[in-house]
Amino acid sequence: MIKEKYDVLVIGAGPAGSVTARFAAENGASVLMLERDREAGIPVRCAEGVSHNGIVPFIELDEKWIAAKINIAKLHSPNGETAVMRNNGAGYVLERRIFDTALCDLAAEKGAEFITKADALDLVWEDGKIAGVKFKYMGEIKTVKCDIVIGADGVESRVGRWAGIKTAVRLEDIDTCVQYTLSGLEIDDEACDFYFGQNISPGGYVWIFPKSKTTANVGIGIAGHLAKDKSPKEYLDKFVEEHFPNAKINYTVYGGVPTAATLKEIVKDNIMLVGDAARQVNPITGGGIVQAMIAARIAGKLVAEAVKAKRFDAKFLKKYPQEWDKILGHSQKTMFDMKEKFMTLTDDKFNSIVEFCQKVPEDQFSLKALFMEAVKGDPMLMLDVAKSFVVSKMKLK
Amino acid sequence: MKINRDLCDVCGTCVAVCPADAIVVSEFEVNIDDEKCIKCMNCVTVCPIKAISEGE
Repeated sequence: MIKEKYDVLVIGAGPAGSVTARFAAENGASVLMLERDREAGIPVRCAEGVSHNGIVPFIELDEKWIAAKINIAKLHSPNGETAVMRNNGAGYVLERRIFDTALCDLAAEKGAEFITKADALDLVWEDGKIAGVKFKYMGEIKTVKCDIVIGADGVESRVGRWAGIKTAVRLEDIDTCVQYTLSGLEIDDEACDFYFGQNISPGGYVWIFPKSKTTANVGIGIAGHLAKDKSPKEYLDKFVEEHFPNAKINYTVYGGVPTAATLKEIVKDNIMLVGDAARQVNPITGGGIVQAMIAARIAGKLVAEAVKAKRFDAKFLKKYPQEWDKILGHSQKTMFDMKEKFMTLTDDKFNSIVEFCQKVPEDQFSLKALFMEAVKGDPMLMLDVAKSFVVSKMKLK
Repeated sequence: MKINRDLCDVCGTCVAVCPADAIVVSEFEVNIDDEKCIKCMNCVTVCPIKAISEGE
């Protein structure tokens, strides 16, 4: 039975929502989480790659949601050269539909309530303050009250807009994406591949994330403003035709990845935004799962504190963006600056970067080395990149 | 604006770039409010499958 009032209503049951729900519930808040779809984790709008270090603070590793273990990243230049990276830490390609459910189970274990097919329609206001959420559930319009709303409703976030937060991003700050899950492949299931080039994926990249030795997520993200004349699907079809002419498409998914540097405003009185909704994605990789979970842990713990202190005002909730900035703010900004830089790189420059990377011994070649080479000649950005790697290494632990 | 519902995957990419708050996504459908729409064409540009076009 849904109660009339909870301390916290979480909108969206992806990693951002379910991890917020879990930490809020674990620390004593009453939580109801609403998911628009019939199940958490579907449809899977995700390339499903995460780093080992990023994920282990949040959930015990389970073979059930690990499709492939990754140790190698291969970067492919526009002219067809390859640089191999073995020194960037282990990672996984997930089964998001199982992973997301596992995170929801953890939230439920800690006492959070969770319903699916519950489509949030609007906020409820009382005396000029957010006081609940109106949603459609089982054919009925329902209203449930709360002290805090968590907007974890993804790239298409509406919750922030209802609260008057500016969530729209520039065309330059969204990647428009298509992904096929291909079968009938013969691939190395320990390696992720990345392809760059103006004719391959302008302002973004093509990825191959293996799910087994015969299946992989093969997708593309191109910068929004460069997608006017040609859709990412057209680029991806060309890529697949050239690289995997005999593959079968098992699953197709479309989507957008925000590549902004986090929204300026992610809290207001009685509301916080988390994950894609807050644009907390790594602007250069487009990775958002670990970022969302880091933000969600901060937000969830703070929500519980807010409930105890009966403080739901923006001033109290500001601790969340402050903590986020402390942990990932510098890195987010640097990655954003890097992304802006990447947008301006010509194919010749990509070729020369990969050529440089090939000369670095494989066991010494890391993302940091790559970025440093990419921003060579820009001392300020070089310093920022170097700093952000040191900082993120310390803070992520 | 016109949405080709046979193509639309309800992914919500259009919503993120709408400066006019004119697009709503539900579980099964995307809808554009013509009264709020300022015809900036951001949604047309970013739609991964080009399911949105100008028109009634």
